[in-house]
Amino acid sequence: MTWLDQALWGVLPYLVLLVLIGGTVWRYRFDKFGWTTRSSELYEKSILRIASPLFHFGLLVVIIGHVVGLAVPKSWTEAVGVSDTMYHVMALSLGIVAGVCTLVGIALLIYRRRTNGPVFSATTVNDKVMYLVLVAAIVAGLATTVLSAGADLAGGHGHDYRVTVSVWFRGIWILHPDVAAMAAATPAFKLHVLIGMALFALFPFSRLVHAFSAPVQYLFRPYIVYRSRDPIPGRASRPAQRGWG
Amino acid sequence: MATAAGQAAQAPGARPIGRVMAQVAMVMNLDKCIGCHTCSVTCKQAWTNRSGVEYVWFNNVETRPGQGYPRQYEDQDKWRGGWRRTAGGKLKLRAGGRLKKLATIFANPVMPSIRDYYEPWTYDYESLITAPLGDDMPVARPYSLISGEPMKVEWSANWDDNLAGGPEIASGDPIARKLGEKVRFSFEETFMFYLPRICEHCLNPSCVASCPSGAMYKRAEDGIVLVDQEKCRGWRMCVTGCPYKKVYFNHKTGKAEKCTLCYPRVEVGMPTVCSETCVGRLRYLGVILYDVDRVSEAAAVADEHDLYEAQLGVFLDPEDPDVRAAARRDGIPDRWLESARRSPVYALAKRHKVALPLHPEYRTMPMVWYIPPLSPVVDALTGTGHDGEDAGNLFGAIESLRIPAEYLAELFTAGDVAPVNASLRRLAAMRSYMRRINLGEERDETIAAAVGMRGRDIEDMYRLLALAKYEDRYVIPTAYGVDDADRGVIEEVGCSLDTDGGPGMGGMGGPIPFGEASGQPPPASVETFHALRERQTSDGGGHLAGRVNLLNWDGNGTPDGLFPPSGSGGGGAAADRPPDGAGAPEGGAR
Ligand code: HEM
Ligand code: SF4
Ligand code: SF4
Repeated sequence: MTWLDQALWGVLPYLVLLVLIGGTVWRYRFDKFGWTTRSSELYEKSILRIASPLFHFGLLVVIIGHVVGLAVPKSWTEAVGVSDTMYHVMALSLGIVAGVCTLVGIALLIYRRRTNGPVFSATTVNDKVMYLVLVAAIVAGLATTVLSAGADLAGGHGHDYRVTVSVWFRGIWILHPDVAAMAAATPAFKLHVLIGMALFALFPFSRLVHAFSAPVQYLFRPYIVYRSRDPIPGRASRPAQRGWG
Repeated sequence: MATAAGQAAQAPGARPIGRVMAQVAMVMNLDKCIGCHTCSVTCKQAWTNRSGVEYVWFNNVETRPGQGYPRQYEDQDKWRGGWRRTAGGKLKLRAGGRLKKLATIFANPVMPSIRDYYEPWTYDYESLITAPLGDDMPVARPYSLISGEPMKVEWSANWDDNLAGGPEIASGDPIARKLGEKVRFSFEETFMFYLPRICEHCLNPSCVASCPSGAMYKRAEDGIVLVDQEKCRGWRMCVTGCPYKKVYFNHKTGKAEKCTLCYPRVEVGMPTVCSETCVGRLRYLGVILYDVDRVSEAAAVADEHDLYEAQLGVFLDPEDPDVRAAARRDGIPDRWLESARRSPVYALAKRHKVALPLHPEYRTMPMVWYIPPLSPVVDALTGTGHDGEDAGNLFGAIESLRIPAEYLAELFTAGDVAPVNASLRRLAAMRSYMRRINLGEERDETIAAAVGMRGRDIEDMYRLLALAKYEDRYVIPTAYGVDDADRGVIEEVGCSLDTDGGPGMGGMGGPIPFGEASGQPPPASVETFHALRERQTSDGGGHLAGRVNLLNWDGNGTPDGLFPPSGSGGGGAAADRPPDGAGAPEGGAR
């Protein structure tokens, strides 16, 4: 365990969390107007119609996979009778399918951004940086999965991230990151985790904030929304006199 | 034809009045529309002269028959707007319910693309002055405002104006298609009129129902349907939800925008910009009281032909003491009740029954109603050498000119010709009844009786429709918290967003961290009128000279800067103005 390990796996996660949470709160308070998907469907829809669902649904599965893989301790799955091999076959096959969907989706999205004139001119530097980090994260993630699967197929045992990365990850939340566990992970995993952290740090400052406002509340609210006229504070506002509401 | 809902309203004792709400509604008298597009242009100047909404016309004027804007928006098999009644009698969004919306959120399958509206363009005017001296006249070529590339101009919001493009284009009219081949042909030879359209500010707005974030809402006080620019997340489902295609996606800000019924003006008792500037003076604004608890039931009646009467049944009679008591109970101020009594919209829609809703079959309960045009009938009559003002002749012509009536019925009553004919007959009766008076003849009550009216009613209608005085056309109570003293003080110069460093001056009122479309949109509200006034009458606003914001102009007088200065030194004011297009105001609609 070098000082670098300490810095990367002991300190950096907290800095990233700080940026992620603080940045999101700040962005929400000061830039509600900029908080949007910035949909480009008005410009182009035939590629988008395939690419965007492919990317997003793939990504949702990937996210669920991450949550299960990182948050659920190995002992729990073993306790309910899921053997190590079973778990790996499941996780790797599903992971590869979802990962490839995501990758193909984002490749199509980027192709569209690059080749469709209107979409290209609506692409900001911010978008480009975001895409770079996002693609890097997906590629690195997929690489770890493929490497593990390859090792498994070769008859050996791939690196079991559930005893390294996952242990370290869970430790973060109890303010006791297991730096040694993370330091024991393979370089591929380390790279993926680092890019992941970069993505989280970037999140609040990019268009990705739209993910935080996924509109699940839509399922539960009445269709028609009534609202009263906002009282708008301002230097020339006057106290409500006679009136209603 | 009266439905259960309709009858209940006629006999209010029969059923307790539910929650009363007020709505500022509009009526347009199509006979008077000359298709000049003044309303569209002034609306655009006030609200959508910004980048991101170049293609957007909150108010547009369509020639009918014609495809409309966006093209063929009335074809709901294609665009899936509005509500659909299920076999079980429930209302469902035609584009799919909540789960389907969320499942298709990543790419909305039925969103119109920019080409369905039109690709906005500008010209490279610069080449007119920079072209080297030569034998050829320099030309300004069109450039797309979307891609920045040179483009061929092929369509616009009113490309088929006055049937430009002929039968091929008119045959794309979804309604003409519905009426069939034969009808269409004879129809094109006899009939053409203009249909100005704004958002309907529906009682049962499907745009609001389609918004996953809950950013769209109907204002409880005046029924205006708005998009909260801070809550909109750009899921763009509202665009699909509105069957009239009156929610637009701002492709620069990534947020939805729509007609606001000029709420900053309406709140202080001023008519909307489109009404104020209408050359034909054909728009009416007034309050309608309605029973919210009956809306969904009325919107779900089984027979589409009953929707018109069902909606009338939701409107409450402001003269009825029970209604007035219920309105007071629900917190509607007396000022609004008084206003509702004098409402021209109520008079034209319910008392005289000459105004009709646009496409009630979408089941959104639209609140901008139309008086169908009688002039084509009159023209046809006089064209054949008959007296076009004789009641008998007119009644006969209305019956025999079936095709226009059928077309109008497809627009206004889900295909039921009876209400359209009834409305046209009343207009015809008014014509001949009033002609006798103008000629100094006796009043002929039989003409009135033939259309189920009294002479008094006809004269009342005449005052509204023919004399159409300003005070009679616009009866708008001010919003609470704003008193009548505000009326008329808003004569003003300049744009409220043009403060130093403000959005109108190229900024969003501060540093711009995430591009031009981020930050906090400055609210356009009553209060900003006061702020505006203060700013304009104090020092330091010198650079505002030469700018007039029509949104705040009440039509009285000519504010400084409405016209370019005459005489010498005129360039001074313009000189310290920033170049045009340097970041226009964003997010007016909240
Ligand atoms: C469940 C939550 C999410 C929802 C509902 C959602 C929805 C959307 C929508 C509606 C668009 C606009 C598509 C268009 O019309 O142009 C979009 C774009 C995008 N989303 Fe998501 N998203 C979610 C989560 C995420 C996440 C977690 C990420 C990545 C970490 C992501 C990355 C992107 C990207 C990169 C684009 C831009 C696509 C392009 O136009 O090139 N989204 N999303
Ligand atoms: S007409 Fe206006 S209120 Fe009605 S659904 Fe469309 S946008 Fe909404
Ligand atoms: S300004 Fe009036 S007359 Fe002119 S197009 Fe508009 S509605 Fe018709």
